[in-house]
Amino acid sequence: MGKNSLIGGSIWEEYSQKVQDLMNNPQHMGEITEEDAKARGGKLVVADFGAESCGDAVRLYWLVDETNDVIMDAKFKSFGCGTAIASSDTMAGLCIGKTVDQAIKITNLDVERAMRDTPDTPAVPPQKMHCSVMAYDVIKAAAASYKGVDAASFEDEIIVCECARVSLGTIKEVIKLNDLKTVEQITNYTKAGAFCKSCIKPGGHEEKEYYLVDILRDTRAEMEQEKLKALADAKIAGTDNEVPFNELTMIQKFKKVESVIDENIRPMLVMDGGNLEIIDIKETDDGMTDVYIRYMGACAGCASSSTGTLFAIEGVLREKCSETIRVLPI
Amino acid sequence: MRVYLDNNATTMVDPKVFKAMEPFFVQMYGNPNSLHQFGSETHPALRCAMDQLYKGINAKDEDDIIITSCATESINWVIKGVYHDHILNGEKDHIITTEVEHPAVIAACKQLEALGAKVTYLPVNEKGIIQAHTLRDFITDKTALVSVMWANNETGMLFPMEEIGEICKEHGVLFHSDATQAIGKIPVDVQAIHIDFMSFSAHKFHGPKGVGGLYIKDSQPLTSLLHGGEHMGGRRSGTLNVPGIVGMGMAMQIAVENLDFEKNNVRKLRDKLEDAILEIPDTFVVGTKEERTPNTILVSVKGIEGEAMLWDLNKNGIAASTGSACASEDLESNPVMEAIGAEADLAHTALRLSLSRFTTEDEIDYTIEVLKQAVQRLRAISSTYSYAPSWHKSGL
Repeated sequence: MGKNSLIGGSIWEEYSQKVQDLMNNPQHMGEITEEDAKARGGKLVVADFGAESCGDAVRLYWLVDETNDVIMDAKFKSFGCGTAIASSDTMAGLCIGKTVDQAIKITNLDVERAMRDTPDTPAVPPQKMHCSVMAYDVIKAAAASYKGVDAASFEDEIIVCECARVSLGTIKEVIKLNDLKTVEQITNYTKAGAFCKSCIKPGGHEEKEYYLVDILRDTRAEMEQEKLKALADAKIAGTDNEVPFNELTMIQKFKKVESVIDENIRPMLVMDGGNLEIIDIKETDDGMTDVYIRYMGACAGCASSSTGTLFAIEGVLREKCSETIRVLPI
Repeated sequence: MRVYLDNNATTMVDPKVFKAMEPFFVQMYGNPNSLHQFGSETHPALRCAMDQLYKGINAKDEDDIIITSCATESINWVIKGVYHDHILNGEKDHIITTEVEHPAVIAACKQLEALGAKVTYLPVNEKGIIQAHTLRDFITDKTALVSVMWANNETGMLFPMEEIGEICKEHGVLFHSDATQAIGKIPVDVQAIHIDFMSFSAHKFHGPKGVGGLYIKDSQPLTSLLHGGEHMGGRRSGTLNVPGIVGMGMAMQIAVENLDFEKNNVRKLRDKLEDAILEIPDTFVVGTKEERTPNTILVSVKGIEGEAMLWDLNKNGIAASTGSACASEDLESNPVMEAIGAEADLAHTALRLSLSRFTTEDEIDYTIEVLKQAVQRLRAISSTYSYAPSWHKSGL
């Protein structure tokens, strides 16, 4: 938000001149017929993607030289808004002269870049990025038809955000590496969800298989699981002392404090006819860990229990566990 | 040529309205609540405006017409006020509205749902209106408010106000109507039907933007939305928008005087445009001509996405609108279109043309011409429409 987003502008004002020109005069609009294909000595490929009921539909025609797989000509027809028409047109143009294998590598991001007036200014506003996705999908469909394979075979990864082409793998990795906790952070790091917003949560413009909210939740759960497993492994390997105290779970902290007291403090108290028990451990808002204890036996009435002995206990715990520990007798 | 056919979005201020407002900016700028002459000299014009408003909707002197900043404010006031007065105290828990209301109603209801109120969004038929009797199935003894629009902004379809009013009266439920799209287009008489609250906005009937009204029957209680000074009898605080009120009053009077003109002349031009569009193959219009406000056409043009059509019209100076998802900032599709257009894919091919009493026949002729060219160009590009002889399409 802020000054520039308070008065809604026309999304049309954000179209590049190229987009506008292509909307008015698409260069590759039309059809290639079987007769044309025969006359020009190529194989005709026709592929459809989308449907009128979805709001976007495109048909792509390729004339392919079967001797070298080069796309000799490409035409399109499109049901969609102006940017869908401009994107389809640009996509058809990008196909011409490429081999089918090269064409498969054209993404919606290439299409959008090709429609920019200057390298740094997006050709369309964020919510219109989605229109170029269809252009990418129809190339896959055409290539699949030409090769006689399934279009899904061209995808080697799961794409969660089609507008920004961000894969499931990338999103999970970014969450883990940067310890991301919100969807906004994912969007800031990867651009996933920045455009048509369909992939953020169910109920958007388009139904999706994966949503960022679910990926975030599952990945966070996975991270938690990994952390626990690492701790358990460390315990087996006898290296659990190497895990910083502050990264332990509450129960693990309790156990750690208990074991330090057992080893270093309790024997001395018992020698004097006293003891202590840990009542509770709490984490405070100021980042401290408060350990509540109760003295037993001789310690309960000892004058030193709130001074010397207490400082000794706290000192040991701070040294062995964490500097953030405070010991509070009750 | 520039042609404005988006009068359901907003209208031109009638020059006579503008003239009536003009003295209240530089000459008579006093605050009506002041004791001195600068304040009091605005009173005759304000009283005149209130007379015009009361007369325009046939309100009784015992009723209130509270001036607000817009219909959105009026709507929020009613919905949140009823929540405050009847739901928050546990007396009632339920509001009924329709799935095709203006976002002001829908969003206010969603807000109350988040606060624990129950809201029923009545489904609409293929023409985008509710059938009054369905209301009976949903009213409970815990229903506090029924809120149904008088005319739909996208389709112009008129809702069965009289029957809805009767059902609400029968069940002792408060009835509010958003009449924003009805006033100035068809007669609106608050005594002819049973209605408790009615919202409207001046800029939809050739008045200025930033001023609207809320009719409150018999000055019945409704907790205020805006608290502050003792303006509008303490019901709605904020210094009176003198030029706005004067403008809205004048706009109301002229609009009511022109209702016959709307019904005959505007309707005639609308019908001419509609008939010409329907001559284009594979087009259809929602609702019959009689069922709608006389100025509105919602047409589906097979094979042409709404925003693409707007682009071509705009290129030729014609302003129209679409409920198409693609043309909105957030890509949310329009529930009106979804509700009525499932079969016809109307959600993506809709074009709304809305005339006013200032629309001329020349403008309509020009629009027909441009529209035909646009259809030809865009259908040639379309992948979902191909020209073919009609015998071919029928499968013979």
